[in-house]
Amino acid sequence: MPTVGVKRDLLFKALGRSYTDEEFDELCFQFGLELDEITSEKELISKEQNDSKAAGASDVILYKIDVPANRYDLLCLEGLVRGLQVFKNKLEAPRYVRVSPVSGQPQKLIITKETAAVRPYAVAAVLRDITFTQERYDSFIELQEKLHQNICRKRSIVAIGTHDLDTTSGPFTYTAKPPSEICFQPLNQTKEFTATELMSLYRTDSHLKHYLHIIEDKPVYPVIYDSNGIVLSMPPIINGDHTKISLKTKNVFIECTATDLTKAKVVLDTLVTMFSQYSSQPNLKHVFISSSPHSESTETVAQLLTRMCLLSKLTGVGDQIEVEIPPTRSDIIHACDIVEDAAIAYGFNNITRTTPRSYTVATQFPLNKLTELLRQDVAAAGFTEVLTFALCSKEDVGDKLGKKISETGAAHISNPKTAEFQVARTTLLPGLLKTIAANKKMPLPLKLFEISDVVLKDKSKDSIFFPGRCAEIFVDGKSVGRLGVLHPNVVTRFELTMPCSALEMDIEPFL
Amino acid sequence: MLSPPTTTCNMADTGVVEALLLGLEKAEDGVDSLELSSSLGVEHQVVVGAVKSLQSVGEVISAEQRSSKHWQLTEEGVEISELGSHEARVFECIPVEGLLQSELMKLPFGKIGFTKAMSNKWIRVDKTSEGGPLIFRSVQTIVDQVREKLLNVLNGKDAELEEKEKSELKKRRLLSEVTVKSYWITKGSSFSTTITKQETELTPEMIVSGNWKDNKFKPYNFEAMGVPLDCGHLHPLMKVRTQFRQIFLEMGFTEMPTNNFIESSFWNFDSLFQPQQHPARDQHDTFFLSDPALTLDFPQDYLQRVKKVHTEGGFGSQGYKYEWKVEEAQKNILRTHTTAVSARMLYKLAQQKFTPVKYFSIDRVFRNETLDATHLAEFHQIEGVVADYDLTLGDLMGVLHQFFTKLGITKLRFKPAYNPYTEPSMEVFSYHEGLEKWVEVGNSGVFRPEMLLPMGLPEDVSVIAWGLSLERPTMIKYGINNIRELVGHKVNLQMVYDGPICRLDT
Repeated sequence: MPTVGVKRDLLFKALGRSYTDEEFDELCFQFGLELDEITSEKELISKEQNDSKAAGASDVILYKIDVPANRYDLLCLEGLVRGLQVFKNKLEAPRYVRVSPVSGQPQKLIITKETAAVRPYAVAAVLRDITFTQERYDSFIELQEKLHQNICRKRSIVAIGTHDLDTTSGPFTYTAKPPSEICFQPLNQTKEFTATELMSLYRTDSHLKHYLHIIEDKPVYPVIYDSNGIVLSMPPIINGDHTKISLKTKNVFIECTATDLTKAKVVLDTLVTMFSQYSSQPNLKHVFISSSPHSESTETVAQLLTRMCLLSKLTGVGDQIEVEIPPTRSDIIHACDIVEDAAIAYGFNNITRTTPRSYTVATQFPLNKLTELLRQDVAAAGFTEVLTFALCSKEDVGDKLGKKISETGAAHISNPKTAEFQVARTTLLPGLLKTIAANKKMPLPLKLFEISDVVLKDKSKDSIFFPGRCAEIFVDGKSVGRLGVLHPNVVTRFELTMPCSALEMDIEPFL
Repeated sequence: MLSPPTTTCNMADTGVVEALLLGLEKAEDGVDSLELSSSLGVEHQVVVGAVKSLQSVGEVISAEQRSSKHWQLTEEGVEISELGSHEARVFECIPVEGLLQSELMKLPFGKIGFTKAMSNKWIRVDKTSEGGPLIFRSVQTIVDQVREKLLNVLNGKDAELEEKEKSELKKRRLLSEVTVKSYWITKGSSFSTTITKQETELTPEMIVSGNWKDNKFKPYNFEAMGVPLDCGHLHPLMKVRTQFRQIFLEMGFTEMPTNNFIESSFWNFDSLFQPQQHPARDQHDTFFLSDPALTLDFPQDYLQRVKKVHTEGGFGSQGYKYEWKVEEAQKNILRTHTTAVSARMLYKLAQQKFTPVKYFSIDRVFRNETLDATHLAEFHQIEGVVADYDLTLGDLMGVLHQFFTKLGITKLRFKPAYNPYTEPSMEVFSYHEGLEKWVEVGNSGVFRPEMLLPMGLPEDVSVIAWGLSLERPTMIKYGINNIRELVGHKVNLQMVYDGPICRLDT
């Protein structure tokens, strides 16, 4: 779950009242948030580093609030406050409306075809007449970071760039160029660099080095210019210094470049709706019409939904409700999402408990039933049950048992963090032996048992032969070989095109 | 079965026991064990043995432990008491014509002896002589006070030495102070000079003959540890599993077949409407298989419907609007939840005429996450599923109440939560009397239509489900703090041996 850190007193000021920690915790419980930690900057530094480094840090109380992973509209103080105030009927559910510029045309962002090779999509918006305070500015930056970490998948899917519109002039161009041809003064630097130089420069930057791989090996890098050729940004790495935002900025140009258009729109909508008191992108999107899902009256349901920022009204036709989904709620994709919000507003714990009426007769899974019976009797015979890991090292089922790993039929893990997670066990024996080894201090005798699953590759899915057209050869009950039509994959790998059949057999049994 | 601790009592010691009792009878108030040992001419430990054996037969004697300090000679001290102090020996070995210092230093007592003899002014050095410094006696006779003091201590006359003198000798490591433990023995409430033999066991002969009526029997020591039983044991986690299994069966839930640790991403994620770019499908959280890497065999028409609902929507949904790739779905993984099996079961159910069902499973799942004291890569998930017409959130709460009541938990609260495949989702909290707060005991929800409708389940069928981990209640029940002591080969076997029966509802 993503965590949002907000200054408690700022939060209470915006909510219009103070809460005790318990009261706020209860509010979170009802709304679906979690008050994870109450701390301060000082405490955080103390915990992560040490007390001396924390000496000058702030004592201001911070609330760390966990928000559901699909609620991008709750990732900043502004969004949390709005959600909670509407929930508590202290604020009307906002409606977001696009506003045209006072004079002239709307800004344009022209996307060229070169971007298709590296980062095809971009969306943009302008926030006008903004007044930043230090707190609002910090919140704005923090929200971008949170979005980058979550829905943007660490900038790989979407990257955000924000710029002071008054330092630049449109129309803007989003294109892609070879790295040597991109040259600009990036944020917080005093001279110009080419993109190639920047890749080297940022290799040692603790923050930016993690994003270089996203474009590094591409033939062209994404870049956004204004009408005068000034670089606004080179997504997803860094913005230009020229258009950087300050506390004095009044108009913000926001661009989101992406490999997924839907997510880019969600990110842009989120930024814009969170920080607009006056204007935002439209997207009076998907007006759902659904029947009342509850035993409550239709009016009540409409009221409940409106408390969740889902403006609702009766259509007058039967018990239908029309629900307006604001751009902040990209998580609403089906009527069931609306139903949940109605239930939250109603209060989960106010819902009457009922019981499903169907009568069912249970069956045990035969393998488990047998296992339970055997466990009892093996323990009664004097053995102690253990529970060992299903994952182990290749050695555990290979070398240590005197076998070649390739002969074991083991399933291999592709991304093990350590050797202990290389394969799935093919036998229970190594686990038991490791248990004895870890319990050497116990008095003898040690009598152990385990009844559990092992993992063996399906031999019938032999990759050599075409399924259904192969057979194993038995002589006197013993397998001596196989024959059949070869699998097309095998045939192709040997650079052949004709169907082949083969037989392979061990002749030693015939000696 | 308890057995009394054995008392060693051989023939020689019985004599000591009798002598002790007789001595005690004659004594006015009591007998000191050290004195007794020296008067009887036996080792103190033998007397201690006699005291102990008398103590075990009842209130015959009373013995109070005492400790006293004694001075005794160290090994070096003993050597000096025999041969004389280093300085005296230095004095003795100097002839009239003197002795070269270099020669003296070769002798074992030379170094220390020289310094001491010099400070006692028993000798003098002539540094001017040829051939090196020469040592001469400077007095006629000496008194080896050190030796005399040591002999005094040896002969038990250590009281004649002042504390200062004893400390000095202790500093020179010639004397040491030892603590000697002894017993002050007095008559007990049932004192007698004869010891009646106490029987240790009731024997068949005694029963048959009736002799038991005339014998005295040694009381059992219920403080002693009994002999451990030679028996087998069941693993605590499995014991808890058995109880949960029992609860589900009592509620009419049928057990799902979960004997497949390896699952395709399709069943584990895609069929559950979990999008392909979801962080849980990352390398960081999921174990992917390199061999066998892919599953290629899926019900094709179902797969197409799943693809559609992810990309474009349908079935009343907007979908996620991204490019769904079959290659992602084909990737084999170690299942991250048993909900993958629930999905398979629901799909199978949808291929025939619908009947209401209740399913459960308790089995192993795998997460490739950071490990700590309460998290391992492998753990067990408990899952319950109910599919029926028009099930509601109220029904889910009802089933949860029934389930948790069987665990002895009756106070529940529900909190809105988020899962990619359920909507609404609820976290389940119960009130912990000890901690005096609400703690999370499980997660639950109603499966999304995007999951159920592509399978072919009727539109008015709703499926509710809930889950919790097996390890957490086990660790709480059995008081275990580190999960590695419970699961895996580093298990604490003693804990398995000692684990009590699992009663979940108390």
